[in-house]
Amino acid sequence: MGNQETPTHGIDISSLGRSEAGVDLQTNKICMEAKNLNLFYGEKQALYDIGLKIPKQKVTAFIGPSGCGKSTLLRCMNRMNDLVDNVRIEGQLLLDEHNIYDKSVDVAELRRRVGMVFQKPNPFPKSIYENAAYGLRLQGINDRRTLDDVVERALKRAALWDEVRDRLHDNALGLSGGQQQRLVIARAVAIEPEVLLLDEPASALDPISTLKIEELIYELKNKYTIVIVTHNMQQAARVSDCTVFMYMGKLIEFGDTNQLFTNPTEKQTEDYITGRYG
Amino acid sequence: MMRDWFKSGQPWIWMTASTVSVSLILVFGLILLIAVRGMSHFWPKELVEFSYTERSGQASTLVAEVHDTESVAAERLRDAGFKLTGDQAFYTRMLLKTGNRDIGGQDFRWIVDQRVLQRSRPENLVAIERREWGNFYGYPQSIKEKGQVIVDGEAVALELAKRLSRVLDIYKQIHKVEKGTIGAINYGMERLRLKQRRLELDGDDTAANLQMIEQQRAHYQREYNALQTKLTALYDDTNRDVLIATIANGQVVEIPLAKMVRVYYPNRMSLSEKTGFYIAKVWEFVSDGPREANTEGGVFPAIFGTVMMVLIMSVMVTPFGVVAAVYLREYAKQGVLTRIIRIAVNNLAGVPSIVYGVFGLGFFVYFLGGNIDALFYAEAAPAPTFGTPGILWSSLTLAILTVPVVIVATEEGLSRIPKSIREGSLALGATKAETLWRTVLPMASPAIMTGLILAIARAAGEVAPLMLVGVVKLAPSLPLDTNMPYLHLDRKFMHLGFHIYDVGFQSPNVEAARPLVYATALLLVAVIVVLNLSAIAIRNHLREKYRALEQ
Repeated sequence: MGNQETPTHGIDISSLGRSEAGVDLQTNKICMEAKNLNLFYGEKQALYDIGLKIPKQKVTAFIGPSGCGKSTLLRCMNRMNDLVDNVRIEGQLLLDEHNIYDKSVDVAELRRRVGMVFQKPNPFPKSIYENAAYGLRLQGINDRRTLDDVVERALKRAALWDEVRDRLHDNALGLSGGQQQRLVIARAVAIEPEVLLLDEPASALDPISTLKIEELIYELKNKYTIVIVTHNMQQAARVSDCTVFMYMGKLIEFGDTNQLFTNPTEKQTEDYITGRYG
Repeated sequence: MMRDWFKSGQPWIWMTASTVSVSLILVFGLILLIAVRGMSHFWPKELVEFSYTERSGQASTLVAEVHDTESVAAERLRDAGFKLTGDQAFYTRMLLKTGNRDIGGQDFRWIVDQRVLQRSRPENLVAIERREWGNFYGYPQSIKEKGQVIVDGEAVALELAKRLSRVLDIYKQIHKVEKGTIGAINYGMERLRLKQRRLELDGDDTAANLQMIEQQRAHYQREYNALQTKLTALYDDTNRDVLIATIANGQVVEIPLAKMVRVYYPNRMSLSEKTGFYIAKVWEFVSDGPREANTEGGVFPAIFGTVMMVLIMSVMVTPFGVVAAVYLREYAKQGVLTRIIRIAVNNLAGVPSIVYGVFGLGFFVYFLGGNIDALFYAEAAPAPTFGTPGILWSSLTLAILTVPVVIVATEEGLSRIPKSIREGSLALGATKAETLWRTVLPMASPAIMTGLILAIARAAGEVAPLMLVGVVKLAPSLPLDTNMPYLHLDRKFMHLGFHIYDVGFQSPNVEAARPLVYATALLLVAVIVVLNLSAIAIRNHLREKYRALEQ
């Protein structure tokens, strides 16, 4: 399921177990907000004047064709783009109404609050336990009992505990791809971030693992604000509450997922989700 | 047909393969040559009694080991004053080890085959390794104890072996007392002297302090006197027995058993006895100190010095090279300047090593060492402590020599760590330094070890710079012993590479030393191989642990 690229017009959204009420951006609490965000790689502009509100404890999906800037925007949200040479960012990105690009912001602290999971599973070549405990050890927590508790909780929350409880001290690289990705998610939630950024978390996985990750996202949104980038529109429709459609570095349409998939206001959005281009 | 063959690329495969084969044959041939020449030295050679006519026409006899034979042109021999019979163009001559250097004045001589009248291998010929004057070859006659003849005739052999083992036991005790206990006392006395001098320099030389030192010194002196009496008794004891023997020309000589190291009858040894003798000699070579200007005995201090210097160098070069590489790769802005630095680092590896030696002598020994002495070892002045060549400065000089290798290998390793791993760590709130320390460096450790392996291979074989900064022909004590503070980084040391040079080219007895050159060379190669293999084992272990890179 999920990986075939059929035209998505008319997906049966009622089967998704998602809140039917929709998201009202006027009343829902806002977690992150982009204001007039422009991003340049050297001379080339990659994001144009992005304005966007990410609702708290909801799943927001970024969709759009390859190269439209959705990953770039996601990586702005925990300042991963800082690692790229020659990058220049204008405008504001607010987390709880504070600009994360302010000079006074401690980037490491920011990333602790805004966790991220990447496209390819990237566990460290350490034991499963040490992977899950990595973030805590960074914060100087080395107490065995605290670590045990947190590792267990994180692995349970990532629905991995039952599979690895007997081999916590084996190398994480021995896990399957899907398990590795859930371990990476466990690693991220172990430090209790406020926001979890998922950059195409299932694109390198098989259908069964993809399903598990989607179920996991559904579980996790009770605690965290989740932003997910995906190529797969069915996946976006299944897991997200809000959807953002981007094209050529511009935000085209942003709204409740139900509404965006069934009744898009923009012509470009409709063309994309019905498979006419992209 | 031929053209098709050329087109198929086969000739290239053959050419490359044959190049590899030639290289391999050369390497193995070299090692084989060294091994055969070096290891055959320890096999007991038979003793031959020659009766031959001297150049003067006089008949004479001599006992010797045949070491070599070669053919020489008749012309050369005639020029040298030999009267030859017959008109052959070439004659054979033999290199004989005649021993008895104290009597004949030389160990080795050449004689021309033609002049030999008769040769025989009498079974009762004895070879005696002595502490001085090289080997003795001759016929044992009798043993005297305190001037009285105890045994003579055939019984001498058995009695000699028994009495020699007693003397050697006593020698072991003497050695233990001299090197161990008296060594420690001397070391303690020297430290007391320095302490007193320190007190004087600091103006702390109060009567109380001085008296304390005097008390300790008296204590040492008492101990020393006691040991001295014991030693005198032991030495007297070793001088009890004397062997009476005749040499080939009938002259009678007395050899005290105290001067003997080993006695054997090469002409009546069975194969198993020879094998046992061989193993004992090889063991002596690797485990004992040298005797007789390095031409006899073993090379243990040189093995120890080489290994220890390489280890100290590794301990210094690794952190230094890794830190430099981390800065260059991870923190420095990649631009013209870093490129120039990289080129400079690479070129540093090509600087002739003797230049490093000169640098080490000027900077480390005279500048650093001199200043350290002035600051911390004023009490030892004018004798230098660190302001003189020593193992620390040798290791540091070699560390500088090899640091480019470690930098290059580490940079290579760092550049191979996938970006996703770094991002994963950063996304968890790690700073760049934490990411490096917790994830990137451990993953780069196999590459760091590769750099270290190359560094060790280079450093262990290096001799030229060491001659300026710390290697000596004969070091009185090892840089590691049981006297506080155990590790003496200021001491000079012996090194296998330098030992080869010294034995081969500086030895007073070139013929005797030549096989030792091969044996030492073989040992040096073996030591380097062992050092490298252990480093490779560590690297493979690390690789297994961080095998994410191969995925």
